[in-house]
Amino acid sequence: MTQIIVTGILLSGTYALIALGLTLQYGVARIMNLANGETLVAGCFIAMWLFTTLTINPIVGLLLIAPAAFAANWAVYRVALEPLVKRAKNRGQLEVDSILATFGLLFLFQGMMLLTFGGEYFNYTFLAQRFDIFGSGFGLNRVVAFAAAVVIAVGLYIFLYHTRYGTAMRAVSADPKSANLVAIDVARTAAIAFALGGALTACGGALLSTFYTFNASMGVVFTMKALIIVIMGGVGDVRGAVLAAIILGVAETAVASLIDPSLTLAATYTLFIVVLLFRPQGIFGRPTS
Amino acid sequence: MNSLSQKEIIIGIGGVLAFALAACLPLVDQGYYLSLAVNITLYAALCTAWTLFSGPTHYVSLATAAFFGLGTYAVALWVDVLPFPLLVAFGALAAGALAGIVGAATLRLSGVYFVIFTLGLAELVRQIVTWAQATFTTRMGLYVFTDLREMHIFWMLLALTAVIFLTGWLINRSRLGFAMRIIGDDETVARHVGIDTAKSKIVLFIISGAFIGIAGAICAPRYGYIQPTSAFNPMTSFLVVIMALLGGTRKLWGPIVGVIPFVILMDFITVRFSNYMPVAMGLSFLAIVFLLPNGVTGRLEQAWNKFQSRKSAPSSTETAA
Amino acid sequence: MNAIALNVSSARKAFGGLVAVNDVSFEVRQGELLGLIGPNGSGKTTMLNLISGALKPTSGEIALDGAPIAGLSAYKIARKGVARTFQLVRVLPSMTAAQNVMAGAVFGHRRLWGEDAMHLAHELLERVGLAGRGSLPVGAMTYIDQKRVELARALASDPRVLLLDEWLAGLNPSELKIGIALIEQLSGEGRTIIMVEHVMDAIRSLCDRCVVMSSGIKIAEGGVSETLSDPEVVRAYLGDDDA
Repeated sequence: MTQIIVTGILLSGTYALIALGLTLQYGVARIMNLANGETLVAGCFIAMWLFTTLTINPIVGLLLIAPAAFAANWAVYRVALEPLVKRAKNRGQLEVDSILATFGLLFLFQGMMLLTFGGEYFNYTFLAQRFDIFGSGFGLNRVVAFAAAVVIAVGLYIFLYHTRYGTAMRAVSADPKSANLVAIDVARTAAIAFALGGALTACGGALLSTFYTFNASMGVVFTMKALIIVIMGGVGDVRGAVLAAIILGVAETAVASLIDPSLTLAATYTLFIVVLLFRPQGIFGRPTS
Repeated sequence: MNSLSQKEIIIGIGGVLAFALAACLPLVDQGYYLSLAVNITLYAALCTAWTLFSGPTHYVSLATAAFFGLGTYAVALWVDVLPFPLLVAFGALAAGALAGIVGAATLRLSGVYFVIFTLGLAELVRQIVTWAQATFTTRMGLYVFTDLREMHIFWMLLALTAVIFLTGWLINRSRLGFAMRIIGDDETVARHVGIDTAKSKIVLFIISGAFIGIAGAICAPRYGYIQPTSAFNPMTSFLVVIMALLGGTRKLWGPIVGVIPFVILMDFITVRFSNYMPVAMGLSFLAIVFLLPNGVTGRLEQAWNKFQSRKSAPSSTETAA
Repeated sequence: MNAIALNVSSARKAFGGLVAVNDVSFEVRQGELLGLIGPNGSGKTTMLNLISGALKPTSGEIALDGAPIAGLSAYKIARKGVARTFQLVRVLPSMTAAQNVMAGAVFGHRRLWGEDAMHLAHELLERVGLAGRGSLPVGAMTYIDQKRVELARALASDPRVLLLDEWLAGLNPSELKIGIALIEQLSGEGRTIIMVEHVMDAIRSLCDRCVVMSSGIKIAEGGVSETLSDPEVVRAYLGDDDA
């Protein structure tokens, strides 16, 4: 039992990062980024490449991966998504457009990675030692990845809630029109939020690659998980996303070890349905409408 | 509103002729072109059924592969014991039931929830089917042996497409169709004039899903050996979205305009450059969003309206539906 | 005296900590034209939204002809016979004027279809002064004509209670005259109407009675002239509003 909970929580660290990335992108930049999982996979591959060819420790590698992902996502937003935000007449149209456009990006990026790496699974050995928690052994790489995720998430929290710029971001998330009135550059803030979201996701990918076998086409599954976490936690809600990530990580681990590993998605969906039926506004969300 | 206009009669006759002509194809060729025509007809049926729901509601459904796979499995599981037509009906029921459940869970909420839910649906159903198969039986794949040949499948798919068209046309003339147009324009108004918006959407989604299930059932004998990964191939869902949007979803015949060229193009790409398929799909999505937001038929309609207004005939024709 | 058509008792709507409608009670009798007035942000539109089902009340009861409707979905309330117009005009942009009006006839309190619905639509368009314009796309119409279409749509369901949310707002003086005459005519035919309105002249000339709200609370109710001279009402307007 402890084994399941600890394994689940260790896994949830990376889930939380991916979900935080997605929630920033959707909450602030208003783009439901269905290509988010591809950023994650790119993070995996870059971390592996840095480690195997340049022998750069993946944790140190984050210092390179995060800015690179930030720049790439910023460019994607400016080139491909901002035009849609500008032309959309209403929220519904932007929603449909951004869903279709990010599907396009999903397949484009996935296709390019498939052309480069093929469909095989990859992994590499990093800190594959035993680490004891409550008397049970866990991979040290998982523990280190979790610790790094916690540091990044805390950093994000401090940024959002204790800096001027983070406050601006939350203002845009709450109400873009009013934010504009108090002299916040909404377009720029949205682009930066999108880029920051991409950077968080790529970090999640890099950490994931230290203990997980990955391939070029697994992005969608992670997008799916991140989406469910975001909805469960409430869009734009940092605490909610973290709690939802833990719930999902533990539930998946429990189903995989107690029932059948091939039913993890079913576990995810069961949670999703429960949330949709009973708390569509998220765990901490207030009922609206 | 209940009698047919002259235009409708002409379109009706034209449609029947087109279907009759298409049905003669197996007499000419039984090889490559028939196989291509089966693919085209299959996607025409899938895309038109998809558009029945996603056209008026603007909800992007990715549930196609789940419905299709259920139809295929309905046939594969019982083909040795029950007659084929009954199994096709099973496929329709199973897919319709799944659509009802998904609709009830998500269609009361905003479009994003629906897309996300359907995104993983095929994979979910595949996992459950695979798990159930492995747990309760010993086989992984299923064989489907029937006397049905490619041309029979072609005829069945063609007939299915015709039925979907007819259904779509009937829906457009019904209260449900009118309700959907109102919902598409303004959901708040729809609720305030007395439309049960959630129920309307769910009913339409069930109809659409059941047709897709039938298509899956019809195709089961074509594959012969059924595996979960091929029956619930998520690519089917995405290809249907691309083709339907490429053609345009405002008119019933819009999707077909996208299906024909895209299936031919896809055929070409998979033969020569199969590795480039995802990239091609990605570019297609982006092209639709940026260049053809209303599809080819939407673009044509726009051009036609411009042409009409340039002609600027003061006698505006009666356009009441 | 006529029977009570709509009875609102202690209706309350809270958005988080903000109470937009605070235990408001009033009633409307059949054939009555009730004005619902008050300064900006006093909760009038929220009150209408509670009646039409656009919002669910936090607590309280609303009854239509004695049957409870509070908390029902908007479509159910519409079918029971409540029709409304919107503060910012809402027409169905892809359709013609006649189809817009038909939308009100097909699904609501009265459920017509086909020729009957079309016929009623044209008849109502004529009533609101749009005779012969049924086949025009509604998007190409002027603001007042769109408002007329919206009113005709609300009438198409033959509602037991008609809710007008600032239907006269944004009209120029000559349009205003036409608009007031139209509402007067509807009222004269015995329709039960609740109108939220800022145009005081309209309230004075049209309404039998009015309810005044301020900061979510009902502060006065009664005949129009005495209510409008009530010191608390005057204070509410001069204190909270720049009027």
